[in-house]
Amino acid sequence: MDHLPALVTQAQGAIQAAESVAALDELRVRYLGKKGDVTALLKGLGKLPPEERPAAGERINQAKQTLADEIDAKRQALESAALDARLAAEKIDVTLPGRGQRNGGLHPVTRTLERIEALFTRIGYDVAVGPEIEDDYHNFEALNIPAHHPARGMADTFYFDATRLLRTHTSPVQVRTMKSTEPPIRIVCPGRVYRSDSDLTHTPMFHQVEGLLVDEGVSFADLKGTIEDFLQAFFERDDLSVRFRPSYFPFTEPSAEVDIQCVMCGGDGCRVCSHSGWLEVMGCGMVHPAVFRHSGIDTERFTGFAFGMGAERLAMLRYGVNDLRLFFENDLRFLRQFA
Amino acid sequence: MKFSEQWLREWVSPALDAQGIADQITMAGLEVDAVEPVAQAFSGVVVAEVLSKERHPDADKLNVCTVSVGADAPVQVVCGAPNVDVGQKVPFAQVGGVLPGDFKIKKAKLRGVESFGMICSASELGLAEEVSPGILVLPASAPVGDDFRAYMQLDDSTIEVDLTPNRGDCLSVRGLAREVGVLNRLAVTSPTITPTPVTSEMTFPVRVEASAQCPRYLGRVIEGVDVSVETPLWMVERLRRSGVRSIDAVVDITNYVMLEQGQPLHAFDLANLSDEVVVRMAKQDESLVLLDGQEVTLRDDTLVIADAKRPLAMAGIMGGEHSGVGASTQNVFLESAFFDTLAIAGRARAYGLHTDASHRYERGVDPELAPLAIERATQLLCDICGGKAGAIVSAESAEHLPAARSIALREARLEAALSKRLEADDVSDMLARLGLEVERTSAGWQAQAPSWRFDIAIEEDLIEEVARIHGYNNLPVRRPAARLALRSGDEAGIDLGRLRRQMVARGYQEAVTYSFVAPELQAVMLPEAVSPVLANPISADLSVMRASLFPGLVRALEHNLNRQQSRVRLFETGLIFNGELDALSQVPMLGGLASGKRDLEGWAASSDAVDFFDVKGDIESLLALGESDDWRFEPGTHPALHPGQCARILHRGEEAGWLGTLHPEVRAKLGLKQDAVLFEVRLDALSQGRIPAFTPLSRYPEVRRDLAFIIGAETPVQALFDSVRAQAGEYLKDLKLFDVYSGKGVAEGHKSIALGLTWQHPSRTLNDEEINQLIDSIVTQVRVELKAELRG
Repeated sequence: MDHLPALVTQAQGAIQAAESVAALDELRVRYLGKKGDVTALLKGLGKLPPEERPAAGERINQAKQTLADEIDAKRQALESAALDARLAAEKIDVTLPGRGQRNGGLHPVTRTLERIEALFTRIGYDVAVGPEIEDDYHNFEALNIPAHHPARGMADTFYFDATRLLRTHTSPVQVRTMKSTEPPIRIVCPGRVYRSDSDLTHTPMFHQVEGLLVDEGVSFADLKGTIEDFLQAFFERDDLSVRFRPSYFPFTEPSAEVDIQCVMCGGDGCRVCSHSGWLEVMGCGMVHPAVFRHSGIDTERFTGFAFGMGAERLAMLRYGVNDLRLFFENDLRFLRQFA
Repeated sequence: MKFSEQWLREWVSPALDAQGIADQITMAGLEVDAVEPVAQAFSGVVVAEVLSKERHPDADKLNVCTVSVGADAPVQVVCGAPNVDVGQKVPFAQVGGVLPGDFKIKKAKLRGVESFGMICSASELGLAEEVSPGILVLPASAPVGDDFRAYMQLDDSTIEVDLTPNRGDCLSVRGLAREVGVLNRLAVTSPTITPTPVTSEMTFPVRVEASAQCPRYLGRVIEGVDVSVETPLWMVERLRRSGVRSIDAVVDITNYVMLEQGQPLHAFDLANLSDEVVVRMAKQDESLVLLDGQEVTLRDDTLVIADAKRPLAMAGIMGGEHSGVGASTQNVFLESAFFDTLAIAGRARAYGLHTDASHRYERGVDPELAPLAIERATQLLCDICGGKAGAIVSAESAEHLPAARSIALREARLEAALSKRLEADDVSDMLARLGLEVERTSAGWQAQAPSWRFDIAIEEDLIEEVARIHGYNNLPVRRPAARLALRSGDEAGIDLGRLRRQMVARGYQEAVTYSFVAPELQAVMLPEAVSPVLANPISADLSVMRASLFPGLVRALEHNLNRQQSRVRLFETGLIFNGELDALSQVPMLGGLASGKRDLEGWAASSDAVDFFDVKGDIESLLALGESDDWRFEPGTHPALHPGQCARILHRGEEAGWLGTLHPEVRAKLGLKQDAVLFEVRLDALSQGRIPAFTPLSRYPEVRRDLAFIIGAETPVQALFDSVRAQAGEYLKDLKLFDVYSGKGVAEGHKSIALGLTWQHPSRTLNDEEINQLIDSIVTQVRVELKAELRG
């Protein structure tokens, strides 16, 4: 019994000197195992007088507990050091770029069309589309533009033959919808349109969104409200000034051109707005009764409004693009800016 | 239409400056494009008189002149103009003056002779575009010493208004003044036109055959006209400020009256007219040499002015060369007519012409204007060119003149249309000011449109006029009310936006290419394709409708490769056009292209080029949005694609698209620097998704067996799949291909395909015996069908 303190000291020294969990396990066996040195002392208790046994047993058990605790502590220290070493070895440079592909992106025209569609579908409009090779009837006649009408000169048309052409606006979709649907009608018609014009500010193909609302009691005030709301929402500017100028389209009456306060200079005058402070952004008007008659809609009962805008024009103003032709060159350095 | 502010002010002069007038009429629907000063800035120029002229002692082409500038002593000036002469009144730039272009006038010595200023030409003063060798000679009445700018009233603006086709009535100073008068509630004064006394006996007969097309024709002879007279400077200036070049006095006068009144006029040389003037339809294939020297073959839908022998002019469009006024003309036959808009509309364009006259007649010329305009032109002709007026000969068909249009405007309708109640008196006043004859009725108004307003015929036209004059921006704003009705959706449908975003997620950038392409390009890629061809393309490069998205995508690739963008992933959606016009299909497609490295360049990237299977994987990711099982890829042949790397894509057994590597020959013909993989798929097929249908989860274990087969190298793996599936029983849950191998250990001309099969039964555990039986039948089937052997 007398050598218990020495044994404990010896064991403690060994525990502290252990360099691995395996070595610790060996020490545990050597001192605390069934045949371990400390355990052996317990077995020798029987040789002591009975009155000394409890105290001696107590001391031995305490020593055992101390050693067991020290082994556990040492084990934790060793494990933690091992983990630290492993973590240190596994260290990476987190500033290296990530692995994998780059996202693509939507074309700015699509992005713009989708925004416009979303603004209108959210309040109950449907999206309608139609063919791009159209006939004279749907592109002109049904829109109150008879043959030889001077308005045909307003947009130079691409023809295939005497009656077939590339649509000059998405209005034919409105015609088709009015013929096939009973009012109330609320649609927007996005799509490609074509005009035989090509210079700095015109491309032979571009995109339009037209809208049509037909119902009972629709007035010019409803048109003004819709257009104002739309433009303020599109440019996310509640205070955007919008003005309506009388104009002429054969398919609407009254007709209006819509100007907004220049979004580049805030109306102070700049190159984009030709120093006028205003930008012409769309055309609109109340549906002409002749158009309704072509579609068999009762002009006494129903009235409606229509509007149309160029997607590229709006995209240019929204994103500050200064060259229309970029939209169709598909240069990745341009396209990626809208991803 | 261009007009000068001062000209307008002679008719009506509101208390607004030029810009103010421009803004006002713009907001009334007459959009002003530009307001520009009629002359550039210059100073120090006065009216001078040439007192003497002597040849320069040392220069043949120079003269030494003295000019009087009024009170001060005469000034010596060296002048190189050939037309300078003693007694002329001229614009003279004094020393210290500044001409346009910041050209400062200084004392100078020309070949030894001192010169104190400069006698100016019109172009030097910025008053003419062409450089003229001669100086500008002013009328004898020009007051010597007066400031030239003030004398010429050069502190004036040209206002250019871009009129919509319905407002032909504003294609004149008269019309614009009328509109400005309405907007400012001002009276409009027109110049006094006193009929010129008839002093000539000469007349010339007029006969109108086509009365429907020409309901009114007025003609008169002006005898003894001096065509050589120069057009007065004031008229030249007014024409210039309206963008019209001076030609000769007679033509200038007809143009002047057209600009002032809106009535196109034509002057014929009476000597070249035979027997009578006949207004008739052209005979098919009759020919006529126009004023511009161009010979046209007439069609029988064209109205002509003819004489007994031949057509003289295309009515309302352009005169003929033969009958025009020239240097030898003595007697003029002046025409002032009303041609019906429908008789002129589209005709000029059909002949490739567009003239000031046709522009006006197509839009409508006031039929009441002809008598007034012919008197105005007579007055000016006699004043300027001399001559005696003969009696006016007129031919008129009252039944064909535009009928008076009386239109009812209901007060209730007006209020409903504008969501505003306007004072009835204000409405009456607006309409009356616009020239309508207005009567109050119990329902509202009855109004008769003035003869010059061809665009007012129905109630909506009147509503528009009221709204316009009241001001669009003074009308109320509200939001449309609608009934909130739910509509069912289409859960199975995959919308275009979802498909686009999937492509974007796979790294593709969306492109938008023209729907028309170069025929050569399309022929190289799709030699068999038939698609509509434009009759009037903008250029040959953009003349045939695309029969596939491939040509546009390949051009876009080329554009990028030429700009150091070597890794390109593009997709596009849009219509392709197949077939002749009469059997045309316009099919929405989604197509794409990948070229360059598979990975972005990077520290962990492979440097392999993108290949067929990369793009196939991208397509499969699209198909997986719907029902993948609906789709199959099979070996196919497409003229633009590599024959060994081309798949025909089938949707529910029908061809829905193509995928493949660009054909090396096509690539060579296109001169592309890089390989590319292309695909296109019909959008209608891609957008057919499904509504998920739940299958209960099995609680029993899966059984997995791997099998490797040796099959012929040429045998498509799809055949093996089909064969295996056919025998694998209904509890096969999954079939995976996890390895493809050829080379050592596999006989030449063969490949090893390793498949992983997983079975699971919904309600019990599958036992080995039944799985072994399935495998036996698979192996047998594959052996029989594909001569495939299980790899040992």
